[in-house]
Amino acid sequence: MSNLLNISSSPHVRDKSSTRSIMWDVFLALMPAALFGVWNFGYQAAVLIVVCIAASVLAEYIWQKAMKLPLTVSDGSAALTGLLLALNLSAAFPIWMAVLGSVFAIIIVKQLFGGLGQNFMNPALGARCFLMVSFAGKMTSFTYDGVTGATPLALIKSGDDSTQLIDMFLGTIGGTIGETSTLALLIGAAYLLIRKVITWKIPVCYIVTFAVFALLFGGHGFDMTYLAKEICGGGLILGAFFMATDYVTSPITPKGQIAFGILLGVLTGVFRIFGASAEGVSYAIIISNLLVPLIEKATIPVPFGKEGIKDGK
Amino acid sequence: MSEATFRGGVHPYEGKELSSDLPIKTVMPKGDMIFPMSQHIGAPAKPIVSKGDKVLVGQKIGEASGFISANICCSVSGTVKAVEPRMLLNGSSAMCVVVENDGAYTGIEGLGEDRDYTKLSKDEIRDIVKEAGIVGMGGAGFPTNVKLAPKEPDKIDYILVNGAECEPYLTSDYRQMLECPEEIVGGLKVMLKLFDKATGLICIEDNKPAAIEKMKAAVANESRIEVRVLKTKYPQGGERTLISAATGRKIYSKKLPADEGCVVDNISTVIAIYRAVCKQTPLITRVMTLTGDAFKKPINVNVRLGCNHADLVPEGEGFGQEPAKIISGGPMMGFAMFDLNVPVTKTSSSILAMTKDEVAEFEPTPCIRCGRCVEACPGNLVPQKMAVAAMNNDYDTFVSLNGMECYECGSCTYVCPAKRPLTQSFKQARQYVAAQARKK
Repeated sequence: MSNLLNISSSPHVRDKSSTRSIMWDVFLALMPAALFGVWNFGYQAAVLIVVCIAASVLAEYIWQKAMKLPLTVSDGSAALTGLLLALNLSAAFPIWMAVLGSVFAIIIVKQLFGGLGQNFMNPALGARCFLMVSFAGKMTSFTYDGVTGATPLALIKSGDDSTQLIDMFLGTIGGTIGETSTLALLIGAAYLLIRKVITWKIPVCYIVTFAVFALLFGGHGFDMTYLAKEICGGGLILGAFFMATDYVTSPITPKGQIAFGILLGVLTGVFRIFGASAEGVSYAIIISNLLVPLIEKATIPVPFGKEGIKDGK
Repeated sequence: MSEATFRGGVHPYEGKELSSDLPIKTVMPKGDMIFPMSQHIGAPAKPIVSKGDKVLVGQKIGEASGFISANICCSVSGTVKAVEPRMLLNGSSAMCVVVENDGAYTGIEGLGEDRDYTKLSKDEIRDIVKEAGIVGMGGAGFPTNVKLAPKEPDKIDYILVNGAECEPYLTSDYRQMLECPEEIVGGLKVMLKLFDKATGLICIEDNKPAAIEKMKAAVANESRIEVRVLKTKYPQGGERTLISAATGRKIYSKKLPADEGCVVDNISTVIAIYRAVCKQTPLITRVMTLTGDAFKKPINVNVRLGCNHADLVPEGEGFGQEPAKIISGGPMMGFAMFDLNVPVTKTSSSILAMTKDEVAEFEPTPCIRCGRCVEACPGNLVPQKMAVAAMNNDYDTFVSLNGMECYECGSCTYVCPAKRPLTQSFKQARQYVAAQARKK
């Protein structure tokens, strides 16, 4: 054997999963919610979803071409950002604003900070908050069955709890395209948990903390219907399973993930119950995103065998 | 009760079915034999023969040159052709004794004859192990006599025989458990004689039921020996994970197994102890697995140390397909060879020839911080952060992230969906930090 063989450092075998397969898994997991959204809100929702995905992918492609960077649109992360943004918008949201939001998510939040893996804030939520402060009226106007009105969560906050819990669970209510159906979201979440794309830590800590907070400070005492409505309403389920679990912007340490979930629960509770708006998930997540480096620093695990041993090194 | 294990780890494709049912075939060497003086951790041995000398099977040709060092014994009889540097399988070159094999296999006096270990004192046993040049044959190559001489022998509670063989593809330990269980038990009994209070634990992963059964039968009448069944998971056979799973005790980088009352040796090493003490045969052979999808017929072979890797290939009936990568050892921690014309040493556990190089197939992409590395790490580390520090040459941060606790087991790199060379960066950083520490 005279010709030289390939060499490299060990290990010499690799697991099958790849960045692309993970992104595809999350994309697939969002399909029940997206399809339900289209059924619930009509063709407008489908158009918005397609537009946001296309705009996000195109923005990434053009940016990387212009900057002479390696093209990474095929990893699916830009498409996923587009889908998540669309699910966070009302079906009647103007197309050009949605395009603007997609471009903001990809260029400002993601690429300017170094692209995939480097953004400190969830791009879709960053864009949602950008749109919220820029076009507050359009962002908070929800039309359902031809009637423009407040979301069930806003009604509850104003003291009107006429919305049926079952409607909130199934999703036959007003809201953004992807947030209304708790059932559809939970189906997707179950898929992610089974595929081990996400773990229970962040979503469960988030929802449980929020529930405890709402029980203590919600002003409805031990009212389980109120609590269930708070959990099913708004963006909590979508946020907890699909946005807060975003790898790039959540802690990588196991204890950090628990702390992150608790922080999210408290912040969401504060915003929803003491804030001016009925919603609070988006802001809670992006604020917590900013604290991730700190949380990680404080939660570096103790190495195997060194439990209880202090030697400095 | 669920089987003993550890937190973290991975489940790579096992590939053991390629060779697990194939009996060990003894292979006689061809051509010149090359004996590197450095086949172990520690100082290289000093050649004690010169060109033209006649040597015999079992004769010491390299003398240990320090506390952590090991003798080298000749595996054939013949004439010393040269004492000169030759290339080893990792590409470095080291002083080697080259012996022209006369094919007669004339042994030194007493070679292969029975010896009753019960009549030997503890020091005599340790001396025999030292003279025989026995080192850890699982891969690390740590001199065994040093392990058998801890500061406080009375505090050793367990002798663990590592039969986990958690590396994919390798089946040499498995075959030896099936084919010579009495030698394993014999070696363990010799070791138990050194440690009066110790219990012997033969640790086997649950993917080897036949070996578990065989070993259980072999120890049925041994009051001081038990078989421990461990969950199949890589790196179950790592020293720290093995001790923890089998005994519940934990060590880290600054602690030796003996500090927690344990001595760990792998199956081949224990057999080597048996043969040295009870059969007057120093370490001159070892069992290797020739496997991987490139071999026409994978096989387990018993070879004489010092033979050429390339000469073994025909034993697997050659390569059916051109191998893209050849590894000495397992795919997780083994060493990629660029040339097969290098000698077999005490730690050469396999020739793993694969038609696909999974590493070259993928370009590393940016880290998405998925945290799979953190979950897989058996050392409870944060490989993602360590890699950032290591790749930026930020060694202080690397150390503060407990980088020196890394086992280099490769679990993080195996699971990484971005295919990043994490373990490689850790090896480099750890070498650098260790070298800096030595300078101080």
